[in-house]
Amino acid sequence: MTASQPFIEVRQARKCYGEIEVLKDISLTVDRGQIVAIIGPSGSGKSTLLRAINDLDPLTAGEVWLDGVRVNKTLPHRQYEKHINQMRQHIGMVFQHFNLFPHLTVRDNVTMAPKLLKGISDKEADRLAEEQLAHVGMLERIDYFPSQLSGGQKQRVAIARALAMKPKLMLFDEATSALDPELVEEVNLVMKKLAEEHMTMIIVTHEMDFAASVCDRVIFMDGGVVVEEGPPELVFRNPTQDRTRNFLRKHLEGAK
Amino acid sequence: MGLDFSVVPKFFDILLLGAFWTIAITVSSAILSFFGGIVFAVITLYAPWFIRLPFRAFEWLFMGTPLLLQLFLIYFGLVQIGIDLPAFVAGVIGLGLHFAVYNSELIQTAIIAVDRGQMEAARTLGLSRGQALRKVVIPQAVRDVIPPIGNNMIALLKDSALVSVIGVSELTLSAQRAIGRTYRPFEFYIVVAAFYYVINLGMEAVLRRIERRSQLSR
Repeated sequence: MTASQPFIEVRQARKCYGEIEVLKDISLTVDRGQIVAIIGPSGSGKSTLLRAINDLDPLTAGEVWLDGVRVNKTLPHRQYEKHINQMRQHIGMVFQHFNLFPHLTVRDNVTMAPKLLKGISDKEADRLAEEQLAHVGMLERIDYFPSQLSGGQKQRVAIARALAMKPKLMLFDEATSALDPELVEEVNLVMKKLAEEHMTMIIVTHEMDFAASVCDRVIFMDGGVVVEEGPPELVFRNPTQDRTRNFLRKHLEGAK
Repeated sequence: MGLDFSVVPKFFDILLLGAFWTIAITVSSAILSFFGGIVFAVITLYAPWFIRLPFRAFEWLFMGTPLLLQLFLIYFGLVQIGIDLPAFVAGVIGLGLHFAVYNSELIQTAIIAVDRGQMEAARTLGLSRGQALRKVVIPQAVRDVIPPIGNNMIALLKDSALVSVIGVSELTLSAQRAIGRTYRPFEFYIVVAAFYYVINLGMEAVLRRIERRSQLSR
């Protein structure tokens, strides 16, 4: 490990489903505390890239590094499982469809993994749940079941669940895409709060306004490659690539 | 010759004892078949082939042959190789494993039907596959199959009459003993039928409560 190594590094990532190559030699780095948006048309490989970072969709070739440790190490199956479970504790993930555990209360959704994996006591777990749920403004729903919550509330609980593992990095996979328009804002506010607290985040999103206002860097992907990347004011206002311009224009028309 | 129920009260304590054993064997077998069903489902879906294939033969034995034969095999057959089980234990094993195989079918389908995102979310938090199954997937699968498993348990109650043939003094055997002393089959069989019916009602009430409690968490 060298001091100059980036916090997160993806090296020459390739991903194939049979004949179809969905990620074509992608490399990228993210610094600690940086907030990066990945945008692009559907099928561009942005979700696949995000899901490769915690090895939910294993890469066909390439390396993923987090804080000096290779995430997708080559190890015998058993050892690899141990290693990846350990790594994933440091990588929080939030899904488009929340994926809360419907058979558990909000409290247990948040504390199940820390209790099981970190062996914290019931009392510590309760404190952790209260702290994390207060953080996302869901404390008053602590003893509800997910089925009793709105979409926005579910997503905020899902964020609290991920944060309860004290991750070094948060991945957001279209966290607001499944929400009714009036519920998007409450989730965006929580994400903004995390940004202000300098959580390292990689956000796959269709919301250009949100990306522009929160992110330090925007990556535009199309056809499995990074077409353009840079600070939001450059990528959004002054894109250098035709494909970026076309995408942004179409997206803007769609939004109107 | 008309029906004469006046002989029944004299044997009521025997019948009550029989009802007790019927309930005891049904509840014990139901518990075995429930947890056995979960274990069998996990073996069928996730075990390596050298466990899965022999297991399938075992499953076929329980699905493809009469329960009565299975009870004979466990109670009379195993003695020959030195396993001498009390009739009650043999009955519980026979009934329990038989219905475990049927419960396993239901639970397998339900495990497969649990949304993939549940496993993904659990794995993302750092849970192993086994932990995710135990804490997230299986509890939901089981919750989803409580009603059909309940139906199996009612079938189990009725099939528990079969253990009378290996000498467990449950309701049916108690009735037969009373009949042997009074030569009044019709009266005793009717009374015992009423007993089964009442036990059945009680079981359905319990199952409904369990179902209702599991409603909220979906």
